[in-house]
Amino acid sequence: MYEFLNELLGNQILAMLLTAAVPLVFILLFTLFAVWLERKVSAHMQDRLGPMRVGWHGSLQLIADFLKILQKEAPVSLEADKPLYNFAPVLVFAGSFAAFAAIPFSSKLIGSEIELGLFYILAVSSFMVIGILMAGWSSNNKYSLLGAMRSAAQIVSYEIPTALVVLGMIMLTGTLSLTKISEMQTSSFWNWYILGGPGLSLSKFLLIPFMIIGFIIIYISTLAEVNRTPFDIPEAESELVAGYFTEYPGIKYAMFMLTEYANMFAVSAIVSILFFGGYQSPVGYLGNMLGIHWMIPFEQAFWFISKGLFFVFVQIWLRWTLPRLRVDQLMALCWKYLIPYAFLNLIIIGIISLL
Amino acid sequence: MRQYLRNTWDGIYTAFVGMKITFKHLFTRAVTIQYPEVKVPMVDRARNRLYVNIEDCIGCEQCSKACPVSCITIDTVKSTPTDPVGTTSNGKKKALWVTQFDIDIAKCCFCQLCVFPCPTECIKMTSVYEYSEFERESLIYKFASLSEAESAEKKANYEKFEAEKAAAKAAAAAKPADQNKTE
Amino acid sequence: MALKTERMVLNMGPQHPSTHGVLRLELEIEGELVTKVTPHIGYLHRCFEKHCEAMMYNQVVPYTDRMDYLASMYNNWGYALAVEKLCGIQVPERVEYIRVIMGELQRIASHAVAVGTFGLDIGAWTPFLYLFRDRERILTLFEMTCGARLLYNYIWVGGLSHDIHPDFVRMTREFLESFKPTVTEVNNLLSYNKIFIERTANIGVLPLDTAINYGCTGPTLRGSGLAYDLRRDDTYSIYNKFDFNVITGQGLQGTLGDTWDRYYVRVQEMLESVKIIEQALDQLPAEGDVQSAIPKRIKPPKGHVYTRVENPRGELGYFIISDGNTNPFRVKVRPPSFVHLEIMDDLTRGHLISDIMAILGSIDIVLGEVDR
Repeated sequence: MYEFLNELLGNQILAMLLTAAVPLVFILLFTLFAVWLERKVSAHMQDRLGPMRVGWHGSLQLIADFLKILQKEAPVSLEADKPLYNFAPVLVFAGSFAAFAAIPFSSKLIGSEIELGLFYILAVSSFMVIGILMAGWSSNNKYSLLGAMRSAAQIVSYEIPTALVVLGMIMLTGTLSLTKISEMQTSSFWNWYILGGPGLSLSKFLLIPFMIIGFIIIYISTLAEVNRTPFDIPEAESELVAGYFTEYPGIKYAMFMLTEYANMFAVSAIVSILFFGGYQSPVGYLGNMLGIHWMIPFEQAFWFISKGLFFVFVQIWLRWTLPRLRVDQLMALCWKYLIPYAFLNLIIIGIISLL
Repeated sequence: MRQYLRNTWDGIYTAFVGMKITFKHLFTRAVTIQYPEVKVPMVDRARNRLYVNIEDCIGCEQCSKACPVSCITIDTVKSTPTDPVGTTSNGKKKALWVTQFDIDIAKCCFCQLCVFPCPTECIKMTSVYEYSEFERESLIYKFASLSEAESAEKKANYEKFEAEKAAAKAAAAAKPADQNKTE
Repeated sequence: MALKTERMVLNMGPQHPSTHGVLRLELEIEGELVTKVTPHIGYLHRCFEKHCEAMMYNQVVPYTDRMDYLASMYNNWGYALAVEKLCGIQVPERVEYIRVIMGELQRIASHAVAVGTFGLDIGAWTPFLYLFRDRERILTLFEMTCGARLLYNYIWVGGLSHDIHPDFVRMTREFLESFKPTVTEVNNLLSYNKIFIERTANIGVLPLDTAINYGCTGPTLRGSGLAYDLRRDDTYSIYNKFDFNVITGQGLQGTLGDTWDRYYVRVQEMLESVKIIEQALDQLPAEGDVQSAIPKRIKPPKGHVYTRVENPRGELGYFIISDGNTNPFRVKVRPPSFVHLEIMDDLTRGHLISDIMAILGSIDIVLGEVDR
């Protein structure tokens, strides 16, 4: 997209800024929708109505909340380490925002078409840990500190099963580029990697169960990376009040919220790119049928966002169903269950892909 | 090893059981209502704001004695034969002017103990429950129908009557003494 | 050279999402490990016992409501029983039946909150709201009967403030029918969930001898395996006419007496209460004045009395000294929550911070009763 804009505008800086603005606008709009979805889904799962006042079925509630949050005074505790305290939410948000650079929303709409997209996302999303630790430490609050410690341990640990599953996928696809992985699963849902990937060989059918296992592992571990229930231990409200952002008021708190929702979409996007064809339509394109080729990228964006939203919905669904794990059990789940299974899965996928 | 696999299976299976239940609830009717527009109908025994029908009050102060938090303040003045209070709706003759009947609803604990002893059933609990105020003073409900001037007048009346009575009594007491003297 | 370390003191509460009211727990922690828990109470102290001395006997009843605000009916009942014993009042049979129905409905409502908030402490929101939805229906039944949803002032010395509503029996039956599926749902959603079991089984194990030594009663004691229920073992009212089981912990998911056992005892007790209410509704005498035995002026003879009832939380005892006046000379309450709070330190030692919440939820305290 940057190249396209660069040609169009003839100004590199402007093109860069515009390219960067697209994911930002998307994150804001997505947060608007996801928060509403979360509230409504949780409410209806609990036989409630949820927000109903602002807009149709409370659809503009978040705007009202945001206006309220903007007006809030932002007191900083005297004992807080102010530079770190103020910088932490920015850093956390930057971490998750940076990940969006390499996410292909469609074949044309991608911030930066780098070859190492998958590697870049894995690397840059662990950036958040520093921000969270900073937030927890600088707040000078015991709850924040505990939350930050938990969060750091959790995110670092759960990178491993994620990376192992991703490794398996790289073995199959032979590339780290998210666009290329998406392009491999083109034309039909039959070519998605959850169903063994493209082609019609024996190995495809052998791969299916291991792909499903891989999907479950990466879904669980990414869930843990974004601190959602059942893994929301860093911000467990019944234990640590609000975890690492206990001391944050107003707009700084909103940054953390924004990060949480942006992350939810980012990991859902990665899962859908790896296993569910990314921006590829499951049935084919209306644009191809009608012969209107400029429509295809928009359709692709639609499919991509729909898939992402579906996985976000599952995350929400899980959150309002399951209780929370304890911190040592969280580690046990990672090291004793997910990593061995991911390893086994990796080996088996390797063997099958050799066939 | 067996336990290990079992744990894995249990974890996944029970999560799905739970997800099935919550998914089913996604489509059941919500039980909450939109409060100010839709209201839960109050039952006929609802115990909310106190109301006093001062016309029927005979000023017996039984309610204020029954109140465990002393939120009812009653002050009465005896009536005089020349200025009777009238009767209650069930025909009982009232003997007292109720010059003050204040209920501090902020103190009230809604126990309904004041309602039961009332002989004329003039104090009762209504189903009004939305009566928040900005000032605490506005929560002191004054039920007495007499204005301050009227209260003062009744008081003066009574005092005058008492004084007259005392004078008459004194006169009556003096008279026989006088008679005795003459005899 | 050894690293210099020190224990961190973490104040949990009085303003904390899961301390069930205004309890302050002073935790000494080493990382996530808790080495000592000191509960600090008194934030909700309202001088109940001293207040009673200035009240007439019937005026105390609204105050008892406000002790254990999740089981007000039982507080009324325990007090009424004590004064009735002191005065030698016999209450009519219909009153006894209605009291049992109300008490058991209250037990369901209270256990529903206990089970729900326990889930909340573990992090499961949804079962809590399902149970609250059903609790609201119980409160509607209460409201229909006495006009109040939380603080009833319903069970008076010698009788009841109101007779039941004409629709009460029908609506109660309807409620009981719809409540049983909720329990199954909560079991599937929460009790048998692997994460929930992992969080609660083998946590906060309360051995039976410790429980007895501390004076634990109610579900906390029964969770440790002793079938001790005042409704059966020190029968009051007409509980001997009903057929019900005393639920005990079995150690199904871990050690006997762990938090899961205490939790599950409550879940099953809700179903036992349903059984009792169904029997009571069947046997309920159709006619009878519920206020006939209420004395005009309660003036018990000199003496003292101790009665105890099986509150949803345990043994609720009232000790009343009368000096022959219209006001009690002394009212002392033996609150089960207060006793149960004492075992916190024993139960939590060596557990993690997250377990504190699970343990606190499993002993099910109500701060209004602890502080009075």
